[in-house]
Amino acid sequence: MRIMIGKIGLAKIGDWFDRRLQLAAPIREAAEHPVPRNTASWFYVFGSAALTVFLLQLVTGILLALIYVPSAGEAWSSLQALNHQVMLGWFIRAMHGWGSNFMVAIVLIHMTQVFLFGAHKYPRELTWVVGVFLLLMTLGMAFTGQIMRFDQDAYWGLGIGASIASRVPIIGPAVVKLMLGGPIIAGATLSRFFALHVFVIPGMLIAFVGLHLLMVLKLGINEWPMPGRIVKRATYDAQYHALTKSEGAPFVPYAIWKDMFFAAFIILAIAACAFYFGPFGPTGQPDPTIIQTAPKPDYFFLWLYALLSLLPPSLETPFLLIGPVLAIIGLLLLPFLSGEGEKSWKRRPIAVITVLMIAITLGTFTRMAQIAPWSPHMNAWSGDPVPDRYIHGTTALERQGALVFQAKQCRNCHSLGNTGGQRGPALDSVAVRLTQDQLIRQVIQGGGNMPAYGNNLSAPETTALVAFLESLHPSTQRPARDSARELVLTDGQLKTAGTQP
Amino acid sequence: MTTTPVIVPSTEDTLSRRGFFMKLGILFNGFAAMVLAVPVVGFLLSSVTRGRANGYLSWVPLGRIDEFPEGETRLATFRNPNVMPTDGKTVDTPCWVRRVAGEKFQVFAINCAHLGCPVRWFPQSGLFMCPCHGGAYYRDGARASGPPERGLFEYPYKVENGLVTIQAGELPTPGAAIASLTGEKPPCAS
Repeated sequence: MRIMIGKIGLAKIGDWFDRRLQLAAPIREAAEHPVPRNTASWFYVFGSAALTVFLLQLVTGILLALIYVPSAGEAWSSLQALNHQVMLGWFIRAMHGWGSNFMVAIVLIHMTQVFLFGAHKYPRELTWVVGVFLLLMTLGMAFTGQIMRFDQDAYWGLGIGASIASRVPIIGPAVVKLMLGGPIIAGATLSRFFALHVFVIPGMLIAFVGLHLLMVLKLGINEWPMPGRIVKRATYDAQYHALTKSEGAPFVPYAIWKDMFFAAFIILAIAACAFYFGPFGPTGQPDPTIIQTAPKPDYFFLWLYALLSLLPPSLETPFLLIGPVLAIIGLLLLPFLSGEGEKSWKRRPIAVITVLMIAITLGTFTRMAQIAPWSPHMNAWSGDPVPDRYIHGTTALERQGALVFQAKQCRNCHSLGNTGGQRGPALDSVAVRLTQDQLIRQVIQGGGNMPAYGNNLSAPETTALVAFLESLHPSTQRPARDSARELVLTDGQLKTAGTQP
Repeated sequence: MTTTPVIVPSTEDTLSRRGFFMKLGILFNGFAAMVLAVPVVGFLLSSVTRGRANGYLSWVPLGRIDEFPEGETRLATFRNPNVMPTDGKTVDTPCWVRRVAGEKFQVFAINCAHLGCPVRWFPQSGLFMCPCHGGAYYRDGARASGPPERGLFEYPYKVENGLVTIQAGELPTPGAAIASLTGEKPPCAS
């Protein structure tokens, strides 16, 4: 009886509000709008998952803002306080950090799925275009978020951003000062990136997500692509309408339960990562005078870090400035260039190859950036000893050469026994590749991306170093020799021998 | 259900009168927006406009000349001339000071000419090495290897009353005023 009264009471309160708001009917209509039956698929859950993670980021972001201080002087210590002083502060930071990683990944997966299922084609071109902006904003949030974690990586990352921006012709220096809020990376820089990360980009994201969702509702969820079912502007709308009539089902509850399951799964996955791996950093203090640091970007920009190391210097600036513009224009134009035709990935081999190529390229660059073979190992010369086997049974001169090898920091770029830098080639069997003369020339003159050491090595040091390098060859292989030189030498000896009485 | 009142213009006279006031209203708002835009844009671009004509650069002391032994390269730090209360440690800037001989110096920016990472000096091999993308420079700042397209940035310096002073105040990037104050030198020049 009391429950009945409660129910009637609730219904009355609901009625009271709905007479004034008049939202119940449109919400019910939106929830129950018919969707093609086969779109209730696990492939169609990534959009709602991205929205879920975005909401999670909003909540955890607001929670962090309760403690975080966006001041260059105090941000780092407020992060320390979150990690160590405030109860569960570490967990909220970890959720926000892992949430950002998940969001970038899910947005990319969502985009790939949409592209492979031809959902960018007529009439959903604008939905795709808005989606491209959402991707850019997500990446913008990722980059500015990395700066909120105001540590050494953030500080030097800003320097890298400024160095890239300064290469824009004519307006470069002005762009740098606008970006940094002054002539150097300082308090104003963090404050403006805070404004971007907390107000500007989230505001735009909310507006664009709303637009994106509105269009999904108005235009309907993309039907499962069937090979041979061609999209034509003239006939598509009628076909889609017929499809939702003949084999349509209400979105709620027919399709939404999979979205809900996946959303909960993703939230739990983020929480598990946050709990298990903990928050990201902060690394060292943002004090520029601490120069013992090797800044690296977060994982979604690692591919760029690799690209900047591997591009030939002359191509770098054009690539940096023109590449992103072309990529964005390409993404924006895609639905207009291929707005009709086959939707199914089974009949779009170029689309599949393109996705695979981009994925493999980004994956390879990311993996390379994790190893970073181009960075010198700054402590290898003093930290990694020459392996015993390269010293065993050597002459005094060769051992002296090994000392020169370490003391002159050759090890920072050249590995021996798999330890040391990988910037230059490993030298474990260098004597097989280069003759004595070639070794001397390479050491003194450098070349092939190696500095010249002529000014930094005395003649005895060079002799010792080259003697050591000549001893580096497998016992089964003889060191390289200049046969012509040997011939001349033996020839000379024969001659002198011949002239002797 | 409420009904929305339908406004029907009664005569053409009132329409043009209303239309006139609406246009006037748009114009008036446009004027207000312009009045507001001047300070807003001025505020937004203040960090750019102040930087014109080396507005950020000034002479800052690095230390006494005898703190820098001849023939050696030492790390020195200076406080950036423009300081805001919220800057914290970020205004303390390091640089590499090479005393060539007597009062002849070279003061290098810490920032790699490639993408601004902090370069480290290795006196044993006489090289500056960058930890990021593997740029290397000789002791005179000239490019030795790696992705940088030029040598290290140099601060203009002077020695007065036994004090080494440099002109600084701006993050050295390829386009910054500081980069144009000292010219690019040929590689291997000493």
